[in-house]
Amino acid sequence: MDSLASFFNYIIDNWLLLLTLTWEHIAMVILGLSLALLIGIPLGVLSAKNEKLAPVILATVNIIQVFPSIALLGILMIFFGLGFKTVVVGLFLYSLLPIVRNTYVGLREVNGNINQAGTGLGMNAFQLLFKVQLPLSAPFLLAGVRVAAVIAVAVATLAPFIGGEGLGRSILDGINSRQPVKIYSGAVISALLAIIADLTLGRAQKKITIK
Amino acid sequence: MIKLEGINKTFDDGYEALKDINLHCNSGEITVLIGPSGCGKTTTMKLINRLINQSEGKIYFDGEDISDINPVELRRSVGYVIQHVGLFPHMTIEKNIGVVPKLLKWEDDRIKTRVNELLNMVGLDPETYRQRYPSELSGGQQQRIGVIRALAAEPPIILMDEPFSALDPISREQLQDELVRLQKNIQKTIVFVTHDMDEALKIADQIVLMKDGVIVQQGTPEEILRYPANDFVEDFIGQKRLKQVQDIPTVGEVMNEKPVTISPTRGLAEAMKVMENKRVDTLIVVDNDNQLTGYITVYDVTQAFDNVDQHVKDIMHTFQHTINADMLLSNAIRMMNNLQTPYLPVVKDDGSLVGVLTRGSIVGYIGTAYPSVKEAVVN
Ligand SMILES: Nc1ncnc2c1ncn2[C@@H]1O[C@H](COP(=O)(O)OP(=O)(O)OP(=O)(O)O)[C@@H](O)[C@H]1O
Ligand SMILES: [Mg+2]
Repeated sequence: MDSLASFFNYIIDNWLLLLTLTWEHIAMVILGLSLALLIGIPLGVLSAKNEKLAPVILATVNIIQVFPSIALLGILMIFFGLGFKTVVVGLFLYSLLPIVRNTYVGLREVNGNINQAGTGLGMNAFQLLFKVQLPLSAPFLLAGVRVAAVIAVAVATLAPFIGGEGLGRSILDGINSRQPVKIYSGAVISALLAIIADLTLGRAQKKITIK
Repeated sequence: MIKLEGINKTFDDGYEALKDINLHCNSGEITVLIGPSGCGKTTTMKLINRLINQSEGKIYFDGEDISDINPVELRRSVGYVIQHVGLFPHMTIEKNIGVVPKLLKWEDDRIKTRVNELLNMVGLDPETYRQRYPSELSGGQQQRIGVIRALAAEPPIILMDEPFSALDPISREQLQDELVRLQKNIQKTIVFVTHDMDEALKIADQIVLMKDGVIVQQGTPEEILRYPANDFVEDFIGQKRLKQVQDIPTVGEVMNEKPVTISPTRGLAEAMKVMENKRVDTLIVVDNDNQLTGYITVYDVTQAFDNVDQHVKDIMHTFQHTINADMLLSNAIRMMNNLQTPYLPVVKDDGSLVGVLTRGSIVGYIGTAYPSVKEAVVN
């Protein structure tokens, strides 16, 4: 009971610091995810449209994904140095697989009749993609974003190891200074972030899924 | 006019889906493709809007080789009702119907008006259905949307692949009637696929019977019913329908083959004398090549009689309706009844007169065909 009280006291006393860290955490995740969407959706589309490229692209993003996060961040550090930028690139790479794969699967799942109707009514390849195929695969894509977001929130706690900030800072400080409350507050808030991301994206996904 | 010339289609897996298809679909007519499952009907349709390409042969629209036309442009001018409806599940009914007008960059107001008009046409209240999604419609309603989506941008050519298959018999008949009625006004070139012979007979100007990728027979419903090319066609038509047809005589068997005629250059006194001699009140006017040109009545002649300068051609009326000798008598009677006309001239395709179908000739025929009627009349 004692530790729980000191946990809350810590949060109340340091709310401004924790809020800043939380905000930094969210910013890294959103930037990483946005980059992943920007690059991942076109890669997914490319895989769905080109049967020869598909295995190459999917295998590559798969390999990135299975790299242990510390190792990957370490390698990135060599190229990008210490700091925020490196973390964002790392999060981007980790989010890539769910987004590429789900875009690919979503496009593949679009019913052949629907595609044929679009083409048959006179849509060109771009119109078919943007008016029919992408909207119809949006629920899949959103599922991918949901997975990616949860992974990114978790991986982002490693940011301080390579010079980033975010909630990981609180955890790392706690470990170094043997102050468990710092560890707990960093961990609990990042867990909450992951849960919130999961719930809101899950709700959005349900909303755009066509009955 | 759509013309398919020597079309062969072999799919990538080596399957020969179409073999030497030669087909003319006349402008303003409904051509119905009919045949057992897998005979190549859908494949033929897809060739016409270039969803797939033929392995051999050429397809022409009004003489233009369609492989020279940009496929996207081509498809926007060809309405297409696909076999499995294929509505876009993420678009409202309104958006679905407006897809092609939107691609053609119509203004929003115009699209909306058109959508309402089309929904009303198939008996779906625009207020109720415009904002719904396809999943919120019954199968039959979805099929109606599929049909009007193809009509939306008023394309000159419309391909309909089993458009009424999911409808109950009553709505199906309604839509068939609607199509036939509509077609009288819009005069589109329609290619229509069905499995249902009754449907084909009802709506077709031309029926094309297919089997295993070849055309077994093509002709008017009349020709197919009357002269089935082989056992397959007979089976497909069904004995019941054949029997019905073969019991009904054609106009040619019943008509009066020697109608009283007059040349357009004759005088009125002469016309009057012919009427007197033959005891008729109407003369059919044919020129020297036996081409039907019109008719005059005794009333017209007496009205203009004093005017010596007038000839038959000056007072003649033209016919609004003519029939062919191979038309079924039942259809001709229905037509006379609808038009409230006592007789119809019978002409060949080249417009030359071969006879006249009158109420008298029909009664005469019934008298010979049903002896009991004759007795009843005699008694
Ligand atoms: N892409 C394809 N590859 C190989 N064979 C095909 C392909 N598409 C169609 N076929 C074959 O071509 C034949 C004709 O198919 P099509 O769809 O034209 O039949 P259909 O007359 O429309 O039949 P149904 O009345 O069942 O719709 C079938 O045997 C079918 O299996
Ligand atoms: Mg078919």
